[in-house]
Amino acid sequence: MRPFAFSRADSVDHAAHQTAPTAAFVAGGTTLLDLVKLDVMRPTALVDINTLPLKRVERLDDGRLKIGALVTNTDLAHHEEVKAHYPVLSQALLAGASTQLRNMATTAGNVMQRTRCPYYRDPAAACNRRAPGSGCDARDGINRMHAVLGGSTDCVAVHPSDMCVAMAAIGATLTLKGPDGEREVAFGEFHRLPGDTPHIEHDLRDGELITAITLDAPLVPAGSHYLKLRDRASYEFALASCAAQLSLDGELIGEARVALGGVATKPWRCAEAEAALVGQPAEIASFERAAEIALADARPLAHNGFKVTLAKQAIVRALREAARCAGETQEASA
Amino acid sequence: MDDSVHSSPNKSPLGTGDGEPLTVNFTLNGKATSLQVAPNAVLLDVLREQLQLGGTKKGCDHGQCGACTVHVDGQAMNSCLRLAAMCEGQHVTTVEGLSRDGELHPVQQSFLECDAFQCGYCTPGQMMSASALLADERIGTDDASVKEAMSGNICRCGAYKNILEAIQQARLAYDATAERGSVQRKEGAA
Repeated sequence: MRPFAFSRADSVDHAAHQTAPTAAFVAGGTTLLDLVKLDVMRPTALVDINTLPLKRVERLDDGRLKIGALVTNTDLAHHEEVKAHYPVLSQALLAGASTQLRNMATTAGNVMQRTRCPYYRDPAAACNRRAPGSGCDARDGINRMHAVLGGSTDCVAVHPSDMCVAMAAIGATLTLKGPDGEREVAFGEFHRLPGDTPHIEHDLRDGELITAITLDAPLVPAGSHYLKLRDRASYEFALASCAAQLSLDGELIGEARVALGGVATKPWRCAEAEAALVGQPAEIASFERAAEIALADARPLAHNGFKVTLAKQAIVRALREAARCAGETQEASA
Repeated sequence: MDDSVHSSPNKSPLGTGDGEPLTVNFTLNGKATSLQVAPNAVLLDVLREQLQLGGTKKGCDHGQCGACTVHVDGQAMNSCLRLAAMCEGQHVTTVEGLSRDGELHPVQQSFLECDAFQCGYCTPGQMMSASALLADERIGTDDASVKEAMSGNICRCGAYKNILEAIQQARLAYDATAERGSVQRKEGAA
């Protein structure tokens, strides 16, 4: 491993002023140290932020849920507020990684995790995301795991997070603290499409630290579901996943939220599919129409055409289960 | 490289070694420990090479196999993805610290009785994950929940069936001990 300096941040303000472009914050370290060992990331200095007071989960007066950047994936998945009001987030978190990694990984770190594209992880391969201008070995290489949505000529790497897919469906706001003060960014605008600058992965400026992620107020009365389809039953990244939330108005769909993982270059909210569900009967035909809309722009590569079908099926199944849960909620409150 | 980032006292002479060592204080297997470590020293390597605790194994070195699992403040973690410097003030337990007062932990005893290993390389990591899950009330007690919670520990010999059996057997002894412990605590408080 390349050498780097190490320091511990003693306050959020200090941390936000302390870092230069070649430095990195470290919290769980599960992505960072992995990629430093592979020589993919080369920070000259690490700033340990684990002692900062960013470990609280609190319900705000407006019904939203503010999650501190350092809340671990395990603690967030099992938090009473999350289990009660955002079960889709709890399910997504527990579908990701392993027990050990969830114990280490933090909320903000999960948002910042890097793609699992094997060409990105191999410094000997061409990768525009890791080494701008070097090309993309995935495009004509083995691309079974790669994106069918949101890709570009320069990059087709999948965003690997489960948690982020649930957050994309729920809706959230990131709070960022930097040398120029604090600002907020909508969750859907934080991750960037690769375009011709795949190395710019997110809207985080030099020295900025994610301090919190605030979830939108929960849909009520609603049902939700996270469905993850993968090569093995546990401890594996998604081939396709879907976070779905529905509220019912009698037999009809009130509001709908649909987001996809495993198939896109960023956590993928399907706004047009959601719009097409509103006011429709909560039945398979409606879900299948939404799935067609969500994948209409899919651009499969040589080996991942199956993901188009798989993602559609994930949407239908997740919506069906969300509708079933919403029906139960509606009955219980009637 | 931008030198202005080195605002900490641990200036790292880039490319000429591991940088100036720093001090880390933590509790290791119940004993206060103070160490000089390189800024980029990984907990796993420090345990094995600096502290001569070879029970914690290096498998993949990338958080994928679980052979390096230890407890940090009671939670199972991959020691290969944790810097030693990040453990300041924490309680670290390795497989060497699992037994108490000369008595094997229920998980160690049941791994022996159930023949829950073949080559044994993954076993310390398996036992550290198993002992953490028995103590964690958020993890279900049924076989499916245990399998899911153990999925971060790979056994290339394929001893999974016996590992699961060992964990469920250890649970009985563990719960009995925990109950005894709580009775003792109550008596102590009275």
